Amino acid sequence: MKRFVYINDDESPTQELYCDNRISNRKYTLLNFLPKNLWEQFSRFMNQYFLLIACLQLWSLITPVNPASTWGPLIFIFAVSATKEAWDDYNRYLSDKKANEKEVWVVRKGIKKHIQAQDIHVGNIVWLRENDEVPCDLVLIGTSDPQGLCYVETAALDGETDLKTRVIPSACMGIDSELLHKIKGVVECPNPDKDIRRFDANLRLFPPFIDNDVCPLTIKNTILQSCYLRNTEWVCGVAVYTGNETKLGMSRGVPEPKLTAMDAMIDKLTGAIFVFQIVVVIVLGIAGNVWKDTEARKKWYVLYPNEGPWYELLVIPLRFELLCSIMIPISIKVSLDLVKSLYAKFIDWDAEMIDYETGCPSHATNTAISEDLGQVEYILTDKTGTLTENKMVFRRCCISGIFYGNESGNALKDAQLLNAVASGSTDVIRFLTVMAICNTVIPVQSKTGAILYKAQSQDEDALVQAAAKLHMVLFNRSGNILETRYNASVFHYEVLETLEFTSDRKRMSVVVRDCQNGKIILLSKGADEAILPYAAAGQQTRTFSEAVEQYAQLGLRTLCLAWRELKEDEYHEWYLMFREASSTLVDREWRIAEVCQRLEHDLEVLGVTAIEDRLQDGVPETIETLRKAGINFWMLTGDKQNTAIQIALSCNFISPEPKGQLLLIDGKTEDEVSRSFERVLLTMRITTSEPKDVAFVVDGWALEILLKHYRKAFTELAILSRTAICCRVTPSQKAQLVELLKSCDYRTLAIGDGGNDVRMIQQAAIGVGISGREGLQAARAADYSIGKFRFLKRLILVHGRYSYNRTAFLSQYSFYKSLLICFIQIFFSFISGVSGTSLFNSVSLMAYNVFYTSIPVLVSVLDKDLSEEMVMQHPQILFYCQAGRLLNPSTFAGWFGRSLFHAIVVFIISINAYAYEKSEMEEVAMMALSGCIWLQAFVVTLETNSFTILQHLAIWGNLIAFYVINWIVSSIPSSGMYTIMFRLCRQPTYWITVFLIVAAGMGPILALKYFRYTYRPSKINTLQQAERLGGPILSLGNIEPQPRSLEKEVSPLSITQPKNRSLVYEPLLSDSPNTRRSLGSGTPFDFFQSQSRSSSSSYSRNCKDN
Amino acid sequence: MDVDGGESSSSDSISVRSIPIHSRQSEDFLYKFKQQNIPACKPVLTPAWVIATLLLLGFFFIPIGLVTLRTSRGVVEIVDRYDADCVPEAFKGNKVSYIKDTSVPKNCTLVLKVHKHMKAPIYVYYQLDNYYQNHRRYVKSRSDQQLLHGLKYNDTSSCKPEESNNGLPIVPCGLIAWSLFNDTYKFIRGTAELRINRKNIAWKSDRNHKFGKHVYPFNFQSGTLIGGGKLDPNVPLGDQEDLIVWMRTAALPSFRKLYGRIEEDLDADDVILVHLMNNYNTYSFGGKKKLVISTSSWLGGKNDFLGVAYIFVGSSAIILALFFLLLHVKNPRPYGDTAYLSWNRKGISS
Repeated sequence: MKRFVYINDDESPTQELYCDNRISNRKYTLLNFLPKNLWEQFSRFMNQYFLLIACLQLWSLITPVNPASTWGPLIFIFAVSATKEAWDDYNRYLSDKKANEKEVWVVRKGIKKHIQAQDIHVGNIVWLRENDEVPCDLVLIGTSDPQGLCYVETAALDGETDLKTRVIPSACMGIDSELLHKIKGVVECPNPDKDIRRFDANLRLFPPFIDNDVCPLTIKNTILQSCYLRNTEWVCGVAVYTGNETKLGMSRGVPEPKLTAMDAMIDKLTGAIFVFQIVVVIVLGIAGNVWKDTEARKKWYVLYPNEGPWYELLVIPLRFELLCSIMIPISIKVSLDLVKSLYAKFIDWDAEMIDYETGCPSHATNTAISEDLGQVEYILTDKTGTLTENKMVFRRCCISGIFYGNESGNALKDAQLLNAVASGSTDVIRFLTVMAICNTVIPVQSKTGAILYKAQSQDEDALVQAAAKLHMVLFNRSGNILETRYNASVFHYEVLETLEFTSDRKRMSVVVRDCQNGKIILLSKGADEAILPYAAAGQQTRTFSEAVEQYAQLGLRTLCLAWRELKEDEYHEWYLMFREASSTLVDREWRIAEVCQRLEHDLEVLGVTAIEDRLQDGVPETIETLRKAGINFWMLTGDKQNTAIQIALSCNFISPEPKGQLLLIDGKTEDEVSRSFERVLLTMRITTSEPKDVAFVVDGWALEILLKHYRKAFTELAILSRTAICCRVTPSQKAQLVELLKSCDYRTLAIGDGGNDVRMIQQAAIGVGISGREGLQAARAADYSIGKFRFLKRLILVHGRYSYNRTAFLSQYSFYKSLLICFIQIFFSFISGVSGTSLFNSVSLMAYNVFYTSIPVLVSVLDKDLSEEMVMQHPQILFYCQAGRLLNPSTFAGWFGRSLFHAIVVFIISINAYAYEKSEMEEVAMMALSGCIWLQAFVVTLETNSFTILQHLAIWGNLIAFYVINWIVSSIPSSGMYTIMFRLCRQPTYWITVFLIVAAGMGPILALKYFRYTYRPSKINTLQQAERLGGPILSLGNIEPQPRSLEKEVSPLSITQPKNRSLVYEPLLSDSPNTRRSLGSGTPFDFFQSQSRSSSSSYSRNCKDN
Repeated sequence: MDVDGGESSSSDSISVRSIPIHSRQSEDFLYKFKQQNIPACKPVLTPAWVIATLLLLGFFFIPIGLVTLRTSRGVVEIVDRYDADCVPEAFKGNKVSYIKDTSVPKNCTLVLKVHKHMKAPIYVYYQLDNYYQNHRRYVKSRSDQQLLHGLKYNDTSSCKPEESNNGLPIVPCGLIAWSLFNDTYKFIRGTAELRINRKNIAWKSDRNHKFGKHVYPFNFQSGTLIGGGKLDPNVPLGDQEDLIVWMRTAALPSFRKLYGRIEEDLDADDVILVHLMNNYNTYSFGGKKKLVISTSSWLGGKNDFLGVAYIFVGSSAIILALFFLLLHVKNPRPYGDTAYLSWNRKGISS
């Protein structure tokens, strides 16, 4: 299928055929909101179930209570969810709107107009100025550059920060800029796809423009949405793909609603309860029918007819179904939604997660998945802009054996260097010259006279900047002539040849002619292994390699600078070869490399520069803390392998030898890759038993092969390896890796800052966007947006962990209280002839679930089991969340048992204390209900770890509210329980019974909890005790005679980590391996943390200590 | 409870005079709430605290239990089951036909011996066992509106299957009213009749607000199937106290309902003759009928459960406390020792 784009044709049908440039991430429109939202809500099993129950309740024969007791909450719940969805969608609409309403210049009816970005149509000619964001995919037709070139920054698209050149198609070459908006033609291009490296299209211009043959177009002739135009005054292009059909839009993918692992677990438990309920209903239904036939027919006062209707057998089971329907708490969804939005608000509000540099607070876009933050097992992170600040700064250098900048950490302030520069020492001058001119940087004189540098690579930019600060200013580049200024004198250089950088050569050189003396000089800079071996014989390179070593240890990016004077004829000889190599068709790159090699030898090494690709503040600590918390890190970057490894080293991602080991998977062909892969896998299998930090490194090409042919084995490798570096990967490969980890049932968090991370972010269970320099693409698509990488620590350890803990309590408690009242109903049915009588009246039942028991538990959103500092100090405690220790079938069984126990206590005590002449139905019901409410209050009290005033208010206020409400209801003459509550409260028996219920219900729980807490403490308990009894824990790090104390000395600007520091790495809580995925071991109460070792899984990565 | 106060609330707000302290405090509180930083106390389950709680529990519960038990034991109660004994010899084999046969006289005499002095007021209850007033079909079969408004209220569908007869509504409708208990008792001490006060046996609130003062029984027990007792059609429902008592359904299949009050003391060794009309059919379903004469205490009738339960819970608490104390003394645990954290333990051992 093809699309024909008629350029600049306002009447053409294409305008209607293709969508306009409106970006839409919205889910609903005003019209389809209600049906679509209802449909979505009803596709949840729970909601279908509640609807069924509510409908059944309309049948008065079987309903135990007023139907309003289900319909009311149901409607309320739906309203709440719908409102929330609507609010979320509205926010998406707002952010889209912002992008859509950006103003751009577009040609309309032959006139340039300023219109909103959303009104761009396919075929329109769009004008862009320097630093504009490209609003849609364009085919270039003109630029300000006479050669038809323009520069774009594609970071948002593929994460590569260097500038890319784009060129206008040959057919448009030389068209006068005045005529551009009159241009007509047709672009024949494929239908929209997501491949950002391919664009196979044709262009044909209509007369009066050159009516030549069809002109082929490639990706080189396009600029894509979300790129930025740089170093080019203006460009204009034809919109070919717009709106959600752009390459970026297509690769964005449809965001699927995310379900947290916790939600899944709750659903599972709900399912279990549902099955339990069905069993209860069937058993009681059968028992009821049997009792009816054997006993009830004898009871003349019940007056059972001899012949019942056909459905008679169903009546009792259905009654029990309705009676037991409260077993699944209808309020749980509302409660969860409510607290989840509060968790999200806490993230938004958090003052410690505000990026004060930009004033940008953290924001939770997706309010539903905070718990998952606490259960993250894998973090997949982008590099540029995420770990680093994406700013390169020249820090140190070593010139002819002298180290500069070692004391201050900043060579530019090193007095010794400044003196050397001032005194004009030859070596230093040469060094600075290489820094200033051995590059492709373009100096631009701004109006104020200041010189701005436009560099394709941040490193070059840093070097030129540094040179300028050391008085060697590159101030003009016109054609082949370079002009530098040193102090007051100006030097001219003619660039004869540029030997470009390739990742194989790892160096670049320029050949220049010094216009002062006519000498031809070769200037080189490159990686140490690409320069030092080619040093002139006799030159001592040891200092340099030492310098490189030293700088690398500090995590700095090093470059060696070298130079050589060429003889005229040597150059000419070489020049011929070079020309020839440049024009070969086969293996051109290799040929050029070979030729360059012939020139780049016998170099005089001048020195070593060290550039800091500055990590963001706190990145190493964050990574270290999170890794201690048992989270595995993968770095996925579009950047080069070396850079990636270097950054990985400097931010604690991987440890240098001998502690860590990097395994490279590379190769050009499939065979090579597979061989290297097998080797790595083998090594990995062996080394997992050693406390060694093994990471594998793979590049995009190898990854492609691995994912295609060795998916299974690669999955195994992925599981074995706690750390991985994937470089040169495309956005869709990033997403594939996320997919791979997800398919192993790991909870993944993807963090990135650019448009190239969007797919990965959307694919991952949790997407975090950094609202950074690469625009807001990622932040917009992410579930959470934060200002800096270091906030991730707080996001996970504080917000995620608390959210998980709170939800774990809240959800299980919801089940507990529903089960409690349901069990009482079931017990009551045994003494009411298994006929399905409800002990409680409608008002009580409704209020119980929605009101009495929901309020106190809602304040558990303020509960903190451990203080934030304690968690930060002992990140390992996150394991409890990761492994789902606080919400799993066995803890749930604990709550189940507790509700059963409490139901027995309440029921037995109520019916015995209120026997004989006191056995009036309403009184017994209120007695039992009071018992439940009192127990609730004490259960919440016992399970609350920290009491704020709000908790006290909610718990005790709720208890008081219970009485007040019931007194009010009791004073309405028409209500069923008229005077009952007053009556009860006057009876001493009532109060005595209440206290008996509390003591009998809570005593064993307290004793058991105390026993567990003291004699079988979980790690959380131990930390709680330590925290609350004060002090010593704080000094723990110092007491320990451990090399880990070295770790503590992480300086804030921590690129300065000694290479040989030993990273004592504790994988997970070593005495409790593998419980993370096997949750079977049952223990009676929820605070009985399962300590049992379950059967070791085949991937025993987590039992390194075995 | 060991409590550490968390972050101490800032007290320097006092120095700022210009801002009203109130608003500043609430703002401060809101900020702390947003930062999840509200001062909190964090209780710890320390041995001292837990043991003290349990001991305290025991020391409170045992005395209360003893008092309760004593009170309950102080109540004098005479229970006499008469349903089986009142069946004439001839009908012993077929009690149901006896009770259904209207021609057989139903009167019966019981002899009760007072074994202990009983102080007035003495309550007379009838007790039914194995009688499911809480059966769903039964308990729902009433119309509160009709009881209050009488024939003015038409919708008696809830009263099924006793909502109408011969096309006319029944007042009071429903199974509960229809099955009204109708045994009667007459007490004779020595030679004189012992007066039983049968007024004010129902709740006042029921008489005044639940049962109409101007609602008279209508078309009641006039069908082919006669259930329980009949009502005087000239007495309004609000004054039919037996009905009102009966219609306060019991939650348990074994229950007592108030019949009347004897307002004079009974002495030990008094012999009381009870002439009763054994009208009510419990034979067809094997229910029991008992006559109960009981004094009352501040806790109500005789019921040892609470006392026993209190003593049991109290002593269990003390035993638990002692157990924990022993455990604590023999096996003191260093609290909050982070050496127990596995990640630290491993660090030390390696």
